[in-house]
Amino acid sequence: MADKKKVSIFNKMNDTSLLLTITIVIFVLMYLGAILFQGGGFTKPQMFFNILNANAALIITATGMSIVMISGGIDISVGGVVALVSMSCAVYLDMKGGSILGSVLLALAIGVAFGLVQGFLVAYLDIQPFIVSLAGMFFARGMTTIVNTAPFNVADPEFMALKDTRINVPFLGSVNKKGIYVPAYVEIGVIVALIIMVILFIVLRWTKLGRSFYAVGGNKQSALMMGINVKRTKFLSHLICSTLAGIGGYVYFLHVGSGSASHAMGMEMNAIASSIIGGTMLTGGVGNIIGTLFGVLSLSTIQNIVASAGLDEAWWTGITIAAMLCIFLLIQSVVMAQKNKVLKS
Amino acid sequence: MSNLKKITSNQLFIPLMALILLAVINLINDPGFFKVTLGTNNAGYPVLSGYLITILDYGSELGILAIGMTLVTAASGGQDISVGATIAIAGSAMLRVLCGGNSRPETIQAPIIVAFLVACVVGMLCGAFNGALVALFKIQPMIATLILFTAGRSIAAWINNNELPIVPDPKFSYFGGFIPGIPIPTTVFIVAICIAIIALVLKFTNLGLYTQAVGINESSSRLNGINPTLIKFISFVILGLCVAVAALIKVSRLSTINYSVIAKDIEMDAILAVALGGNSLSGGKFNMWSSILGAYVIQFLTTTLYKFNVQSDALAAYKAVVVILLVVFSAPTVRDYMAQLFKKVPFMRKEAA
Repeated sequence: MADKKKVSIFNKMNDTSLLLTITIVIFVLMYLGAILFQGGGFTKPQMFFNILNANAALIITATGMSIVMISGGIDISVGGVVALVSMSCAVYLDMKGGSILGSVLLALAIGVAFGLVQGFLVAYLDIQPFIVSLAGMFFARGMTTIVNTAPFNVADPEFMALKDTRINVPFLGSVNKKGIYVPAYVEIGVIVALIIMVILFIVLRWTKLGRSFYAVGGNKQSALMMGINVKRTKFLSHLICSTLAGIGGYVYFLHVGSGSASHAMGMEMNAIASSIIGGTMLTGGVGNIIGTLFGVLSLSTIQNIVASAGLDEAWWTGITIAAMLCIFLLIQSVVMAQKNKVLKS
Repeated sequence: MSNLKKITSNQLFIPLMALILLAVINLINDPGFFKVTLGTNNAGYPVLSGYLITILDYGSELGILAIGMTLVTAASGGQDISVGATIAIAGSAMLRVLCGGNSRPETIQAPIIVAFLVACVVGMLCGAFNGALVALFKIQPMIATLILFTAGRSIAAWINNNELPIVPDPKFSYFGGFIPGIPIPTTVFIVAICIAIIALVLKFTNLGLYTQAVGINESSSRLNGINPTLIKFISFVILGLCVAVAALIKVSRLSTINYSVIAKDIEMDAILAVALGGNSLSGGKFNMWSSILGAYVIQFLTTTLYKFNVQSDALAAYKAVVVILLVVFSAPTVRDYMAQLFKKVPFMRKEAA
């Protein structure tokens, strides 16, 4: 009887929600563990909002990455695009005396341009997405140093005002040592990230385009037979991902306020890792934007735990992220194998 | 026409054409590019110098990695992106053995051969880890190796407590430089040995055949009695060994290590070498010699770009353009289109007839 019940639970849950549940449970346990055993900063809500503030750009790029991965591709150029956007915007604002609106348009233009070229090469010329985006990454990183070699801070007053804008979150402030109430706040980037997430969640869940991403990633042949334009869908997934990398680049720029060729080093790997931890399958067809959000949160929570546990030597961060990625990949692999076995029997 | 077709369809055609193109560009730019002179180095020993020698010397790590990367690509249909990071791990382990945990030792604490063997074991262990994830747990190679890619440089720093030991023995620097009295860079000999070994292995064992069989169709190769899991695993272990040899050269060049910079982006160059050699990146048939030639073409390109005063950071942008042109022209869709285009040209049709 027990076995029968297990089967029914497995059957009820589709792949996406099964992996999503695992991720959310692990994140909640981890955060609770951090509060219980480390206390300190983790008990304050602001700690959570700081994680959001620092990772708004990663949330946006990881969302784009999830869409590409759901439709069966991969894009490793996002980190390079983020660096190129922040450097170009910094140069445009500081040296050319450009306006804020102009810099936003510039960021979007860079993202869309990368998306158009990469999407065309992947979808219409049938070149492997890894190779195309590898070249994209090379190109973006190289262009960043061609635009400007030395890192520098932007001093434009209008931009600084935008950068320092804080949006208070009601009811979640805390009282500091002097007894003054300090409201909890988030930066503009977080709002942008949340809006994008809501839009894309709706698109993926309830629109024809969103469902065709899953169909193409799940099985290209059957998607073709269902009458889905596979090439166009793939093209759009890359276009969306690169455009989001452009927006993410601007949010990143808004957070750090400087341009540098070494910005967002390895961000593509963090974005891929977040998507995987969030339950997006690399083989395509399975994934969820909410999961990606929790992936980013888990990743940065563990970084914060490592930092506040006194293991702040640089190497621990790399090792813990890799260990976590490894564990989640193994969970995915084992869970899927188990599920297939249960379904077959 | 049939002869022409035979030549262009050969796998060595693309890297050779790229090589000739680069050579012509350099010849026009600077006729002295191919001059090789016999000079003396700081220690007073005779050494050969010139751009060609530089390419042969500095292309050797890439050439060695291309061997392993070709096998991994052919067997698993994916690439190992952790080679740069595992070079850091293997190099760090080598230094740890040589310097014995002391960052400024007076003499080396262990024979060089022991340190090298330890590095080989470490490299093969890293390869085995990747191989196990790919072969046993069926995780995509690019993602499985992402784990070591993220952690590798951190582990390398951790092995030596984030210190940068310097090897005191001048003998250690022979591997990445010159042996006194021999004017040819030692790395050339190391590559020659590696190529000889892999040539013998491919000739006298079934490794090449089995690897291709697994890459072309995994389930049918299993039905034919080949163990695909084992073949994939072995290909990653061989790459691990190649990584250890490359690490020996890399570390020996400086007699020390810089964890965040050593062999940076070399994984991209190694994958590029395989692609440039005309091998399908989704696995299956491979041509080892074409990959190795591809590695040297990439080094040729790098040297050429440096010669045109391109900054080392901006190098990537130019390489990216080359990669895109390369993959666009070798894409099946584009090839079909070009073939149709050629059919429309009247004189071509006449020749074909």
